[in-house]
Amino acid sequence: MSTFASQFLKQARVMTADLRHRKIIRTALTNYEIVRDKRKGAFQSWESARQAAAETKWEAVNHLDKYLVELVSKLEARGTKVHWASTGAQASEIILQIVRDKQARSVIKSKSMTSEEVHLNAALEKAGLEVVESDLGEFIMQLRDEPPYHIVFPSMHLTRGEIKDLFQRELGDAPSDSPEELTMVARRALRKKYLTADIGFTGANFAIAETGMISITENEGNARLTSALPKTMVSLLGIEKVLPRLEDLALFLPMLATAGTGQALTCYNTMYGGPRQPGESDGPEEFHVILLDNHRTELLADAEQRDALHCIRCGACLNACPIFRNVGGHTYATTYSGPIGSVITPHLRGLQDWKHLSNASSLCGGCTEACPVKIDLHHHLLQNRRNAATEEPAFFERSLYQIFGFVANRPALWAVAKKLGRFGQPLQNLVKGTALDPAKAWTQTRDLPPMPKESFKDWWQKRKG
Amino acid sequence: MKNEETVLSEREKILARVREALKIPAHVPGAHGTAPLPASAHSPAADARSWLPKVGDSFAEQLALFQSTAAELKAEVQMVASRDAVKAALAKMASDGNWKRIATHKGELTDFATADLGLPICRTEGGYDVQEMEACDAGITECDALVAQTGSVLVTSLSAGGRGLSVLPPHHVVIARREQLVADLPAAFALVQKKYAPHFPSMISFITGPSRTGDIERILVLGAHGPKKLTILCF
Ligand code: SF4
Repeated sequence: MSTFASQFLKQARVMTADLRHRKIIRTALTNYEIVRDKRKGAFQSWESARQAAAETKWEAVNHLDKYLVELVSKLEARGTKVHWASTGAQASEIILQIVRDKQARSVIKSKSMTSEEVHLNAALEKAGLEVVESDLGEFIMQLRDEPPYHIVFPSMHLTRGEIKDLFQRELGDAPSDSPEELTMVARRALRKKYLTADIGFTGANFAIAETGMISITENEGNARLTSALPKTMVSLLGIEKVLPRLEDLALFLPMLATAGTGQALTCYNTMYGGPRQPGESDGPEEFHVILLDNHRTELLADAEQRDALHCIRCGACLNACPIFRNVGGHTYATTYSGPIGSVITPHLRGLQDWKHLSNASSLCGGCTEACPVKIDLHHHLLQNRRNAATEEPAFFERSLYQIFGFVANRPALWAVAKKLGRFGQPLQNLVKGTALDPAKAWTQTRDLPPMPKESFKDWWQKRKG
Repeated sequence: MKNEETVLSEREKILARVREALKIPAHVPGAHGTAPLPASAHSPAADARSWLPKVGDSFAEQLALFQSTAAELKAEVQMVASRDAVKAALAKMASDGNWKRIATHKGELTDFATADLGLPICRTEGGYDVQEMEACDAGITECDALVAQTGSVLVTSLSAGGRGLSVLPPHHVVIARREQLVADLPAAFALVQKKYAPHFPSMISFITGPSRTGDIERILVLGAHGPKKLTILCF
């Protein structure tokens, strides 16, 4: 077993027994489900919208070269500097180079999972920069020195009491545990940072080929400020974020909001097409866009799972997943957790190290049903299992199935095995769940149904006779 | 900066990998095994209007929807009878909110509405001092459109005094004409295309209610980083 797999199992065991954690997540997600369903219901046809979104993403991803070239030429035409990065390290290096050129000392960041993926904060801090996360949830997680718990709700596993203690300890400012007052503490602390940061860093939810823009979806206004005040703006996005046309956003913006947070539209949906243009009163002097591959082209080369690149990172599949809800976001130890994380992490970081995630699934299909762009998530989990087994067959498992096949194909042997089983099961009960139990992994937390006194075959034969 | 050649080559490497990967076609969504769709000029999203939340056809219905949606989002909508009434409404807002200083941009409506307020004004055209704008009690802007379907205000860096004005002061006041109301998001994007293409403003933003967060126990708090209050003053 890979160390990642044993870590996962160990952590999952702790988390599933943590009833307090489970209750916090359940409460948060039950509220989410209520508003999300209300918003879905407001669509004249949520299902047609999903199909259209899936087809639009299909078109973009399956003609990615064409749309990327179009996006870049449109961006460059209005003075944006576009960079390409094959790896996460290259992306960090490009940003560090911008930092050096600008002699920057501080960076204000709005929420970006892609920057988590390339470990940007660590790289910037190592270079001696002050990096401040401005999204409230991300700010909280940065103070805790932990990665985000969820791709959309980074701090959903924390209570207001914990956040109050954190602010008291780290900022020396926490008048009460009211969410309102705590939010104002963060607002005050971060306002100063916007005004002084040298570089504003953002991610992007979409990029529009037709008009050469990136689109950022948010609620707090932190991305708006990040892209308004610092002299230099840098945006990092995966190459799969591109959409063909501006009008596609009329569909994707409300769908992202509905699936992501249960809103009809989030508070700010903003398209950026360049640095400050002539005649404009503010905005960055320089706008850099970094297009990141980082194994996305490998996923693209897998035609069977290519649609995993359609993902708009709404988090709906995490929210629907019974595994995620019980083991929690950090147990995955990946940038992207939940069903989509289990599907793509093996492509991003290696199949054999991360194949265990595809087994952490009940295959209920809740993720596939929740996905606004109709990614075939639970089938991809099965395909990962298949691919992992084909690539590196597990000797033990294969031998077991060979023995089973051998026995099951021989009626006489099978009859003996049944007798032995009926005889052996009471003995197994004596050691159930202990180290002596050969079926320990199963019986530790589950009951094995008792074998019936008589097999169906025996009963049938007697009945006939 | 990296020299030109490395930049180019990374671009070419990535594009080459993309082209190589795409040699094997992927199935169309919902139709396993069928041939790939051709790249088309027609967007499946072009029919969005028939699936998105419904909007009535008449102006009265659309206005009512805009008002109720905005109210649900905790934005304030003030409908006034005439252009002149805007002045009085703004003056009342200023005295109720005890405004000491406002920020605004050059514009037919903003100039008219703020002319007699008698308050110091931080103007954005040609650049402004950020600290000064931060200290203002309200940012007063025009807009490109109001969207009935979502209760949104559409602003751009050209129509609303840049990027900062609509998010930096704690109260954002939008002055709009009734005729600026459009039915839905597809109509709003069509308007952006018609009004600006190909010289789009560097920022185009849909503002849907005042700034908010739910990051602490998913409880709604207004004024996370942007304005706590959003008022749409419409005549
Ligand atoms: S896979 Fe689908 S449901 Fe999951 S985050 Fe991506 S878009 Fe959302």
